[in-house]
Amino acid sequence: MSDKIAGPEIERLISLLGRMPGLGRRSARKAALALLKRRDDLLMPLADAMRDAAEKLTECVQCGNIDTISPCTLCADPRRDQTMIVVVEEVGDLWALERAGAVRGLYHVLGGHLSPLDGIGPDRLNIAKLVKRAHQPEVTEILLALNVTVEGQSTAHYLTDALEASGVMLSRLAQGVPVGGELDYLDEGTLLAAFKSRSKV
Amino acid sequence: MTDNDHAVLPLTPKIWVKRLTLTNVRNYASLTLEAPAAPVVLFGSNGAGKTNLLEAVSMLAPGQGIRRAALADLARHAGGGDWAVAASVMRDGEPIDIGTGIRGDQVTGQRATSRIVRIDGEGQSGTGALADVVEIAWLTPALDSLLTGPAAERRRFLDRLILCFDPSHRTRANRFERAMRQRNRLLDDGVRDDAQFRGLEEQLAESGVAMAAARLDAVAALNVVAERRRSRAPDSPFPWAEAALEGTLEAQLLSEVAAVDVEDQYALDLARTRERDRAAGRTLTGPHRSDFLLKHGPKSMPGRLCSTGEQKALLVGLVLAHAELSAARKQGAAPILLLDEIAAHLDEYRRGALFDELLLLGTQAWMTGTDRSAFAGLEGRAGFFRVDDGFVTPF
Repeated sequence: MSDKIAGPEIERLISLLGRMPGLGRRSARKAALALLKRRDDLLMPLADAMRDAAEKLTECVQCGNIDTISPCTLCADPRRDQTMIVVVEEVGDLWALERAGAVRGLYHVLGGHLSPLDGIGPDRLNIAKLVKRAHQPEVTEILLALNVTVEGQSTAHYLTDALEASGVMLSRLAQGVPVGGELDYLDEGTLLAAFKSRSKV
Repeated sequence: MTDNDHAVLPLTPKIWVKRLTLTNVRNYASLTLEAPAAPVVLFGSNGAGKTNLLEAVSMLAPGQGIRRAALADLARHAGGGDWAVAASVMRDGEPIDIGTGIRGDQVTGQRATSRIVRIDGEGQSGTGALADVVEIAWLTPALDSLLTGPAAERRRFLDRLILCFDPSHRTRANRFERAMRQRNRLLDDGVRDDAQFRGLEEQLAESGVAMAAARLDAVAALNVVAERRRSRAPDSPFPWAEAALEGTLEAQLLSEVAAVDVEDQYALDLARTRERDRAAGRTLTGPHRSDFLLKHGPKSMPGRLCSTGEQKALLVGLVLAHAELSAARKQGAAPILLLDEIAAHLDEYRRGALFDELLLLGTQAWMTGTDRSAFAGLEGRAGFFRVDDGFVTPF
């Protein structure tokens, strides 16, 4: 069974689209077809947008975020709270927090987490720059918004140590009962975490 | 307790497999089996595929199944490498559809590294979600040497039993395992930076002590059920077992030290023993080194010193006690039991006693044997299926 259904240019488009997260070969064909059918108002603008992004893509010198300008849009925004830095593992985490509109502070993207098994030590992460930022006089709080995995938590532990000398207040995200969660259905680990980080009402 | 089989009032299972469908699993190209809410007897000659069926059922639970086989090994030789087990499992009268298997990536030709799991049509990340749907425990010939073999096998056996009534035990164990592997790698890489170790060691302490506590709780509860079984049927052919745990964390927890203090102490120990562990190439203290000990109660003899037959009877007794405990903790829902070649070591009297116990428990026990007559005591009270080289016929 051959699954070639079009000329090499279209096949290449389908195969590249198929490498996007969340798109299998089937959905890639669908997406390619939609693009081909709307050459002028979708395919060409998308190609332009992609070329533009590819050419201007850069990593923010300050926080490690990916943007087309450096310092990035968030770091350059004077309306953001300059006293708080939110540390995240990946750009995706930053986007998630921004989507929620939860944070008005600045970010710092580590570029991963400590994982000896994958050969990732502190020198492979964007940590030195964070320590430097922590010593800036306007910074008063650093929030460690890391994943609650073994690696995320050991990274948080490491950062706590590395940032101690800066004297800034260190905080982390609360762990426990999810919004809309019923206590009855939570596992003991989550309940215990929720109990430990209970807050005054 | 009973002097004739018919005095037994069977309890209808609350968790049972109603329909099982296999596609390209071991020697089955395609098979659908409708099972009753009662014990299931699979009989047929050696190599017919009886154990393969039990293995397929065991894939409805988290983990690697009764053979602990690699995922790819479950695929039928003549198939394309993919395999699937689908089942309709009844739980408290409600059907739950489970689908699991692997799918190789046809585009890249890559082998599947994780098992796909769907519950009621919804994809799950990992097999862990199955623990909330169906409880399964098993006894296979490979476990005959459980009491004489390495401690790791006994720990794994106990941990699997615990999963039936405490699914989060798996999360704790995975967390511990993960943190330990990260720590071992740091040791191996010659790292001496305290800050990198401490985060991992605190997590080891937290999850390790939680694991030890869960095991202690399970062992204590098993002993209570064993005691109950003993007073109910003092002459049972499945002797009551006295279970115990041997390990540093367990000993501290048993001596009434508060769990948080045991955690602190363990984290300190880990920090102090880094160089020793580095030399050994692994972490030498923790719940991954504990042993699960079974004593033959009536004889007051360590299980490993008992005869082969006595060891088997002891394990059967333990599995029955566990099923009773799990049922008590799960609103009367006894786990599904997979008892491979169960008739082999038991004489007629013991077999009869076992069947009575299974019926009383209300478990859908899946049993295999070469000889149908060995299950005569279940005639009319169980589903009988003949297994012939990839085909199964109700009999």
